[in-house]
Amino acid sequence: MDLVTPGFGLVFWTAITFLILLFILKKFAWKPILGAVSSREESIKDALAAAEAARREMENLQADNERILQEARAEREAMLKDARDMKNKMIADAKEEAKQSADKMIAQAQEAIQSEKKAAIAELKGQVASLSLEIAEKVVKQELSNKGQQEKLVEDMLGKATLN
Amino acid sequence: MTITGIAAIGAGLAAIGAGMGIGRIGGSAMEAMARQPEIQGKIQTSALILAAFVEAVALFGVVVALLQG
Amino acid sequence: MTIHLVLLHLHRFSGTHYYFIEEMNLSAIRTLFLGVFLSTSFFVSAQEVSTEAQEDKKFDPKSMIMHHVKDAYGFHIIDIGEKKYAISLPIILWTDNGLTTFMSSAFEHDYYGNVVVERNGEKFVNYKEKIYQLNLGEDALVKGEDGYPANASKPLDISITKNVFMMWVSMLVLFLIFIGAARKYKKSESFVPKGIASFVEPLVLFIRDEVAIPMIGEKKYARYMPYLLTVFFFIWLNNIFGLIPIINGANLTGNIAFTLTMATFTFIITTFSGNKSYWKHIFWMPGVPVPMKIFLMPIEIVGMFTKPISLMIRLFANITAGHIIILALMSLIFIFNTVAIAPVSVAFSLFIIVIEIVVTAIQAYIFTILSALYFGMATEEHEHH
Repeated sequence: MDLVTPGFGLVFWTAITFLILLFILKKFAWKPILGAVSSREESIKDALAAAEAARREMENLQADNERILQEARAEREAMLKDARDMKNKMIADAKEEAKQSADKMIAQAQEAIQSEKKAAIAELKGQVASLSLEIAEKVVKQELSNKGQQEKLVEDMLGKATLN
Repeated sequence: MTITGIAAIGAGLAAIGAGMGIGRIGGSAMEAMARQPEIQGKIQTSALILAAFVEAVALFGVVVALLQG
Repeated sequence: MTIHLVLLHLHRFSGTHYYFIEEMNLSAIRTLFLGVFLSTSFFVSAQEVSTEAQEDKKFDPKSMIMHHVKDAYGFHIIDIGEKKYAISLPIILWTDNGLTTFMSSAFEHDYYGNVVVERNGEKFVNYKEKIYQLNLGEDALVKGEDGYPANASKPLDISITKNVFMMWVSMLVLFLIFIGAARKYKKSESFVPKGIASFVEPLVLFIRDEVAIPMIGEKKYARYMPYLLTVFFFIWLNNIFGLIPIINGANLTGNIAFTLTMATFTFIITTFSGNKSYWKHIFWMPGVPVPMKIFLMPIEIVGMFTKPISLMIRLFANITAGHIIILALMSLIFIFNTVAIAPVSVAFSLFIIVIEIVVTAIQAYIFTILSALYFGMATEEHEHH
């Protein structure tokens, strides 16, 4: 029974001692220790955050670099493509032009040949006419009496002088 | 039997109950820890707190016995 | 064989069997300690005393154990022959005549109420380590049938007892450790713990990260940190002091007055930091039908008080039980009245002491974590109702 009966003296002294202990330790021990620990943790957290930020920036930079490189590569690609296109176009144009001029020349030549031919035919016709006139004159002169023979001759002559 | 003797028996009975209770807590905590070692710390803390609660009951028995002593 | 000699030796030096028991202090470490320095005795002469003692008053383990787990007015170190070595402490009493103070040596270390001390016309006796004031006109203590003094009353007693003294020693030790550690932080700019601070910091962080934050919550824990830290270290250090045999095991944390005070502090803080939802949960439990609310109210009100009471009982009974077990194991030697049992007793009590060393920390931790849990319950915000 004695064991579980609290004595007033000890309650009194415990309360006083504990309060003194609490206030002094709070002021001179817990505050500095917890403050130091939390400010250290804060600085560690800050440092970590800074490191993280730096890492992210680095990543950004790297991404930027990558992007720029990509762009440059794309540009080069485009330029090369343009050049190739231009080349092809030039070749095609030149071919076209050459073809056109060749066609023109051929056409001109053909035209010239045609006109030459026409001229030749006209000349031939003229010659044939004069020749036929000559023949007719001769025939007329020679055989104006022999009418049967005359006609036969004309016929003969004309049959022989087929055009072309 | 004197009142002290009866009180002693009572304290003994309380101890049996608490022993079984704490035993179960310990066993289950061990099993849980084996199954999930990653939350070992949490299990340990809760097991200790629960053991303290069970033990308190036994200690009430002890105190009652002491009251008679 | 050493233990053999020690125990027999103590026999020889103590005048009577009773003194021997008292002197033993029944702690294994102390027994061994004394053994090393005092083992020069003869087996024969010791045996003589032993048989003599058997005829003496019968050994009462209960009163011996109770005496040792209770508070005392002064440190009784050792008796050598008839000479008693003890540290006396001041006795402070508040009687009808006002404050009365004297040193406990005035009682000549008697606690059977035989020595009467007279101060300012008032007579005091020390009976079972409690000061009684004899009623007017009485010259000697008369014991009633219940074993308590019949003709004396207890004055208001605020003496510096063994426990109070050790509490102050522990206070000084705490100041030395923690203020010393705090100064280390002030000195270093980088806040890197050095020396004593590197020992203190993990413990402080343990209380913060494993006790305060999980139990109270990130937002409100900071307010309770000084209390939790102080309670933890105060109880732990005093638990350890209780295990040191050479200072007679000042059983401070195993004293119900101490645990009562500590639990009361927790109760007061819990009550004053209780928020609206805490009180609502006590008086008008939300989320249950009205008859249930009425039914739960008295239970919750009782629960409010059982929490600190269980804190008080737990610490008191754990520490006291540890001491009682050690003392009881040592008593076995005298119950069986043979030294043959001594090795067994010493081995078992050593084993228990090792367990007790663990218990010192566990009980301090439990007290702290449960206090934090109660604070957490009082400040918890309920959003789910």
